[in-house]
Amino acid sequence: MWIAELPSFIYFYLGALLLPLLRGWGRNLVLLAIPLVSGFFLWQLPEGEHWQVTLLGFELTPFYTDRLSVLFGYVFHIAAFIAIVYALHVRDLLQQVASLMYAGSALGAVFSGDLISLFVFWEMLAVTSVFLVFARRTERAYRSGMRYLMIQVMSGLLLLVGVILYVQASGSLRFDFIGLEHVGTAGLASWLIFIAIGIKCAFPFLHTWLTDAYPESTPTGTIFLSAFTTKVAVYALARGYPGTELLIYIGAVMTCFPIFYAVIENDLRRVLAYSLINQVGFMVVGIGIGTALAVNGAVAHAFNDVIFKGLLFMSMGAVLHMTGKINGSELGGLYKSMPKTTILCIVGAASISAFPLFSGFVSKSMVMTAALNNGYNVIWLMLLFASAGVFHHAGIKIPYFAFFAHDSGIRTSEPPTNMLIAMTIAAVLCVAIGVYPEMVYSLLPHDVDYTPYDTTHVLAQLQLLFFSALAFVWLNQRGLYPPELPSVNLDVEWFYRRLLPRLFEFIMGLFWSLNEVLRQTIKRFLSALGNHIHTHSGPQGILAKTWPTGRVVFWVAMILAAFLILSLY
Amino acid sequence: MLIHLPILQVIIPLLGAPLCLMVKGSRFVWGFTLLVSLLASMISVALLWQVEANGTLSYALGGWQAPIGIEYRIDILSAYLLLIVSCMSTIVLLGGYRSIEKEIPVSNQSYFYVAYLLCLAGLLGIVAAGDAFNVFVFLEISSLASYILIGLGKDRRALWASFQYLIVGTIGATFILIGVGYLYIMTGTLNMVDLAQRIPSVSESTTVLVAFAFLIVGVCLKLAMFPLHVWLPNAYAFAPSIVTAFLAASATKVAVYLLFRFSFGVFGIELTESILPLHEVFIGLGLAGVFAASLVAVFQQNIKRLFAYSSVAQIGYMIVGYGLDSVAGSMASLLHLFNHALMKASLFMALAAVVYRLGSVQLKDLAGLASVMPWTAAAIVIGGLSLVGVPLTVGFVSKWYLVLAALEQDLWWVALLLVVGSLLAIVYVWRIVEQMYFAPSTSGDQSDGTREAPIGLLTALWILVIANIYFGIDTRLPVGVAELAAEHIFGGRL
Repeated sequence: MWIAELPSFIYFYLGALLLPLLRGWGRNLVLLAIPLVSGFFLWQLPEGEHWQVTLLGFELTPFYTDRLSVLFGYVFHIAAFIAIVYALHVRDLLQQVASLMYAGSALGAVFSGDLISLFVFWEMLAVTSVFLVFARRTERAYRSGMRYLMIQVMSGLLLLVGVILYVQASGSLRFDFIGLEHVGTAGLASWLIFIAIGIKCAFPFLHTWLTDAYPESTPTGTIFLSAFTTKVAVYALARGYPGTELLIYIGAVMTCFPIFYAVIENDLRRVLAYSLINQVGFMVVGIGIGTALAVNGAVAHAFNDVIFKGLLFMSMGAVLHMTGKINGSELGGLYKSMPKTTILCIVGAASISAFPLFSGFVSKSMVMTAALNNGYNVIWLMLLFASAGVFHHAGIKIPYFAFFAHDSGIRTSEPPTNMLIAMTIAAVLCVAIGVYPEMVYSLLPHDVDYTPYDTTHVLAQLQLLFFSALAFVWLNQRGLYPPELPSVNLDVEWFYRRLLPRLFEFIMGLFWSLNEVLRQTIKRFLSALGNHIHTHSGPQGILAKTWPTGRVVFWVAMILAAFLILSLY
Repeated sequence: MLIHLPILQVIIPLLGAPLCLMVKGSRFVWGFTLLVSLLASMISVALLWQVEANGTLSYALGGWQAPIGIEYRIDILSAYLLLIVSCMSTIVLLGGYRSIEKEIPVSNQSYFYVAYLLCLAGLLGIVAAGDAFNVFVFLEISSLASYILIGLGKDRRALWASFQYLIVGTIGATFILIGVGYLYIMTGTLNMVDLAQRIPSVSESTTVLVAFAFLIVGVCLKLAMFPLHVWLPNAYAFAPSIVTAFLAASATKVAVYLLFRFSFGVFGIELTESILPLHEVFIGLGLAGVFAASLVAVFQQNIKRLFAYSSVAQIGYMIVGYGLDSVAGSMASLLHLFNHALMKASLFMALAAVVYRLGSVQLKDLAGLASVMPWTAAAIVIGGLSLVGVPLTVGFVSKWYLVLAALEQDLWWVALLLVVGSLLAIVYVWRIVEQMYFAPSTSGDQSDGTREAPIGLLTALWILVIANIYFGIDTRLPVGVAELAAEHIFGGRL
């Protein structure tokens, strides 16, 4: 194996090992060089299996590339590079090591040619990313991180059980189309794997870890988090479950329900976390439809989402970094002191809202067209509603409450240059892909025969956007728009953060008295037993005391007699 | 020269013993004894090597052939035991000089070395001898020497312990002699190979059964099988430290050897199996020994006595292996024999170091030992872990094979009880660890300049400790030889 054919994750892992030995510019240089070098070699690499090992009798393929995985590989490299530039001012070894390991694990997962490698990187993703949450070093972040870790590890365990069963039933380790049509053991296995992916993909009711933990991470950590975990899950769905109809409905729900939460949420990074679920919903729908156009759209949307969602998180991170505040109710009027950030944020907002000439438009419309083409009219309507909603909460609400609205009186300055550079790279990519979509289209797994810029698409999208803008303005003028209030919104996590502990306490309370009785009984029994043993085995006990010789001899005689009697009769 | 090795193995320590009296100066006599013991262990290595290569060796003493003359017969089992006994003796002696010098009055030191070599010669002779009467003779030599060795203990109770051991041991030896006598009456031979051939024809007779009963009970007395163990704790507790280390590592092992030799080698498996529910009885007694002795050990305050009881418990494991009556069980038992020699030798050597510095083996006096004698304390910990049967130590290996052997016969409850018994070892080992590492040091200790044990003692101690770990990882030697030996005695070939 030549150096150029090393799996991408190796560069990242080695880099992470190297970091503690370096400081200052040397460390920054390594950080920047890793995604560039690794990305370059990936670009040079032909498709196929590059590395096979036999471990404990299993044929593992930890480095397998095809069009689908390479596309994710590229975007992960871009995201890692941007995020590293964005975080270049951070002097926190923990975060730096964790983010390199995390990005490496994501790359390892998308290039896993077999299910066992996938599981290993799946767990690595969980374990490395949680440190980005812990890195905030607050009690809140710690608790949130622990909840995050528990859920992620649970996903890993489900995947492990699923993989074991699946390999047993099908006899193949390859990570390829799985689907939900199997019966028997393989059926159970495919469902377990599906749910494991679903957790990481933030399916409805399984999504709470995302909105819980991402906003608790550091300003820079969130950028990494938003790029990798959910996209790895999207990749896994695209490889294992394309065309699974259930995904269409799940995805449609994912696009709609977060909108309500996003609109009333005060923490702007949490708003973005909800909109992340909403965007992933579009991808899930695309994978569920499963036609070439739909899968292309889903994958292209994942590609774009990594960049524009990163851009939005970066702009909010810059606000948090400079002001220390992130609640909409406390912010406002920042455009005066942070004009560049404002513009970059608006570019991101325009992309996520799928304005023509911005990246969101060229991919989201593919999914929606595919939904319409395949007769999923209701789904199409839901997606339309979701698009409007996205524009509302991500496209307008984020820039509006942070940079405009009423002047909060906060006077600050532009964020550090490296942050601005990172945001600019992302913004340029957003516009470039929007103007010249072939850039992404040429990378897609299926051949593309689709032009986003025809009259119907552009007009429909503009209508949608302007009417929802109108609605926002009108509601806001009338004071009907939900105001930004410092509040806590209940999500399904209430079930495990409140109901479950309460239930547990209640049940424990019931058993408490019984438990007490049980304890006392056992205690009494044990101490009686102890005394009993002590009387026999203690220093004064019959077993430990020195016997007079006569008694010893007597017992010798007795045993001989017993022996004789036994052997003779 | 090479063909004379079987007799040289025994004769060198036997002749070395009186020569000790002629050497003047305690250091020289120690050096001489060490040299003799070292020679014996080199011979044992050569013998094992020969037996592995060429099979059983037979040596006719004075050129008189077997039925008439005295035969020395070294098969793989004997060679294995010779190796254990002579090597343990050498290592114990290597580290023992300072401890002996301190614990034995100068005037008695020459006699000590004489008795030591006689005891060694006797033990080696039991294993090497090919006829039953010589076994008895050597048994008496080693026993009488060990009564002297034990009696040399500083504590006055040593004399009394030695006396009790003398009475009980003599009864045991007498039983063995009676057994041998009955066999001679019935078969007209004392040679063990001939005995094995002739006994089947008279196996119906009551006399043979009685002989069997006397022999087994006699041997069980010598190997301190529960409930015939009562002489052992006091003897070990009050004997000089080095003597305890030596006897714990060799004397009971040789008695276990005799048990295997007589029941499987002389009487033959068919006869042994036909008599009574012998195996169930032995398994039961072995397990009872494990539990009763371990429980007593848990409450002991005198650590030497504690480990003596633990020895009784460990012998219980060997008895269970014997009682399983299978190749796997015998192998586990023989393996444990080797491993137990290693662990008990290292533990009693560590206690010799403690006695040398502290002058006491009461548990309470060990408080804070780890800070003043870190190497000794660490050795006790590792030896204790081995005793418990923690993986990567020898204790784990033999208990593992023992549990496997029990499972092989679907004796789940035996396997379970063996493991639970090991848990009891954790309790008494932990009590020592807790006292050494976590209890605050009693006030006077530091001021009176307690420091690490002398380097000679530590060297020998750590050779044993490292062997405990080495043979826990690289198990080829003991497992290989024990397996061969077990198959050998089960092949019915003597």
